[in-house]
Amino acid sequence: MSEVVIKVENLSKRYQLGSINTGILLQDVNRWWMRVTKKGQSIIVDETEEEEEKQALKDRDFWALKDINFEVKKGEVLGIIGKNGAGKSTLLKILSRITLPTAGQIKVKGHIASLLEVGTGFHPDLTGKENIFLNGAILGMTKREIKSKLDEIIAFSGVERYIETPVKRYSSGMYVRLAFAVAAHLDPEILIIDEALSVGDIEFQRKCMKKMSQIAREGKTVLFVSHSMETIKNLCTHAILLDLGKIYLKGTAKEVLKTYEDITFYKGKPEVFWYNQAQAPGNKVVRLMAVRALNQAHQVTNTLLDNEDIYIEIDFCAEAEGVCLTSSIQLFNQQGIFVLSSGNWPSTTANIDPFSGSKFGKGTYRSRVKIPAYFLNEGYYIVNVVFLQNSTVYVADTGEAVSFTVEDSGDMRKEFKESFEGVIRPKLEWNTCPLVLKNA
Amino acid sequence: MQQNSANTDTEEWTLVIEPKSAWFDLHLGDLWKYRDLLSLFVKRDFISIYKQTILGPLWYIINPLLTTFVFTIIFNRVVKIPTDEVPPALFYLSGLVIWNYFSTCLINTSNTLTENADLFGKVYFPRMIVPISSIISALIKFGIQLAILLVILGYYIYYFNSNIGVNSYIFFLPILVSIIGALGLGWGLIVSTLTIKYRDLSFLVSFGLQLLMYATPIIYPLSFIEARYKILILINPITPIVEMFRYSLVGQGEFNVWQVGYSIVFTCISLFIGILIFNKSEKSYMDIV
Repeated sequence: MSEVVIKVENLSKRYQLGSINTGILLQDVNRWWMRVTKKGQSIIVDETEEEEEKQALKDRDFWALKDINFEVKKGEVLGIIGKNGAGKSTLLKILSRITLPTAGQIKVKGHIASLLEVGTGFHPDLTGKENIFLNGAILGMTKREIKSKLDEIIAFSGVERYIETPVKRYSSGMYVRLAFAVAAHLDPEILIIDEALSVGDIEFQRKCMKKMSQIAREGKTVLFVSHSMETIKNLCTHAILLDLGKIYLKGTAKEVLKTYEDITFYKGKPEVFWYNQAQAPGNKVVRLMAVRALNQAHQVTNTLLDNEDIYIEIDFCAEAEGVCLTSSIQLFNQQGIFVLSSGNWPSTTANIDPFSGSKFGKGTYRSRVKIPAYFLNEGYYIVNVVFLQNSTVYVADTGEAVSFTVEDSGDMRKEFKESFEGVIRPKLEWNTCPLVLKNA
Repeated sequence: MQQNSANTDTEEWTLVIEPKSAWFDLHLGDLWKYRDLLSLFVKRDFISIYKQTILGPLWYIINPLLTTFVFTIIFNRVVKIPTDEVPPALFYLSGLVIWNYFSTCLINTSNTLTENADLFGKVYFPRMIVPISSIISALIKFGIQLAILLVILGYYIYYFNSNIGVNSYIFFLPILVSIIGALGLGWGLIVSTLTIKYRDLSFLVSFGLQLLMYATPIIYPLSFIEARYKILILINPITPIVEMFRYSLVGQGEFNVWQVGYSIVFTCISLFIGILIFNKSEKSYMDIV
């Protein structure tokens, strides 16, 4: 049995929502002065006020992590997975000592290096070489270490020719490659990596993956956060699944991934209601009531097929008389790529929406948008619903409202069996004809 | 036996991340470990400021010279504030060089947390590295300006034979420089910590510095001030240091042991408070910005 190198015990992290912590000096001084001068007279009022303030603070508490416990043994490659907002980044930040936990502790054996971003501290005016030293030192290397690896780093980055050029003249690809090259040559006992590292063109990505699996095989302990199941599958031996700040599951990478793919929330939450209208997205002009994802038969489901039409249904309440409202959706895929946005303006719809661009009377309405069959690729999608007033002002934004998974019906797989790359997979019109060379 | 195993359990961890850090845990070991980063930050500051300017580091020299020229015209010729026996140019320049050093230290340090939020949000290193590196950068600038001051001083001595008294007090120079640096660092750290919460403070700093300059004997000698107002100028802990600095180089200045002692005590307290609150806030401030 190998030794435990990271031990996380009852780790919790609380954030306070809202901007309570920034203020204007004058206000605070004023408040303090009032408190000092009026202490005798209105001490009771002050107390109830304070009580209220405290309650308000409590309401804004948000536990990004709650009672997390796990251990990492030497040589393990641990994948940390979970939805957005599950607490992955917070966990990484605490492990990287960027922020402190609210409760609990982490014990670590050995030197940690963490890569939450490549190119941290790069200065545009410095040359590539100067930035290698600066970035390396920021990541915790000594000058001597960097010097001994300098040639290796430069060779890995593939920007030898421009190494004496200020990095502000680099293309973004070169910049990222140089940055990753430095990161890849860190030599800590424990490495913490955020998925943001998988960058650059495909070829360079492959190089990165190879380097990372090499690091993993060298017996280093690695903590790895990713959205990409494929990467976790390839790199990690173990995994933990976070959900809502708690550990949902921990085990071998295979087990956890299997569960992650099976749980329904991963396939999507196809319907959302706002029972409490005061808390629904919107303002005094419009309030959202519900958003749903429907299949071709108009049934609410999180599993949709690529050969069927998909509907997004938005129920909303126009709260003011005679306001011009536009319903619109924003569609994101699993990688967070913004796939499309669409609104019911007269010039952006394929049909004529009777309420398109018109003024709404008070009342409740339902907008429904059809995403045609044979359009989206298979995978996980997230829908945001946004309302605009007079086509200019955003009056409601749901954030992540509903999500669904598009599954392959097999309709387009009769010949080609490999995976279709790309964000969308429409059926397009193709024509091929023989190019007849004119006979002399 | 049991106690023994408990002991090893606490000792074998190289790092424990806990909610609260102690007031006096200054991570001095960490600072030493990251000393290479310190020198690289200094180098970065130096290169990045002057890389795209035509005159480059010459600005270090041009700036105080031009200001001296303007001061000579306005305060000496127009307003007719005496500079005692010292040639006006030397008088102003000597004041400006030490003042610039102080204001650079203060401004650079006070921007530490707000300007490096991106960096601090992505990677851990002892945060104190950044203010220390800005003090060293300021020291380099000061060194260059001091050299110019000495050249001009030499020029006056050689050509005018003026009775300018460079004297043995010059050996106190390193101490004076340390006091000013420490004071700038201390105040800068306090301001830096406060600006996380109160963004408007940064405006106050540049304005306050301007006022402070007039409350420091830069454009006038301390002897010029009437006795009953003198105490106001002497409350300013920079005053005795500036006077002593000027005395050591051009032989004009008014100070005593008590005043200098006051400056030193004031500096130590400022630096102590500054380091404590900076150290306390550096961990939690990422949640605020």
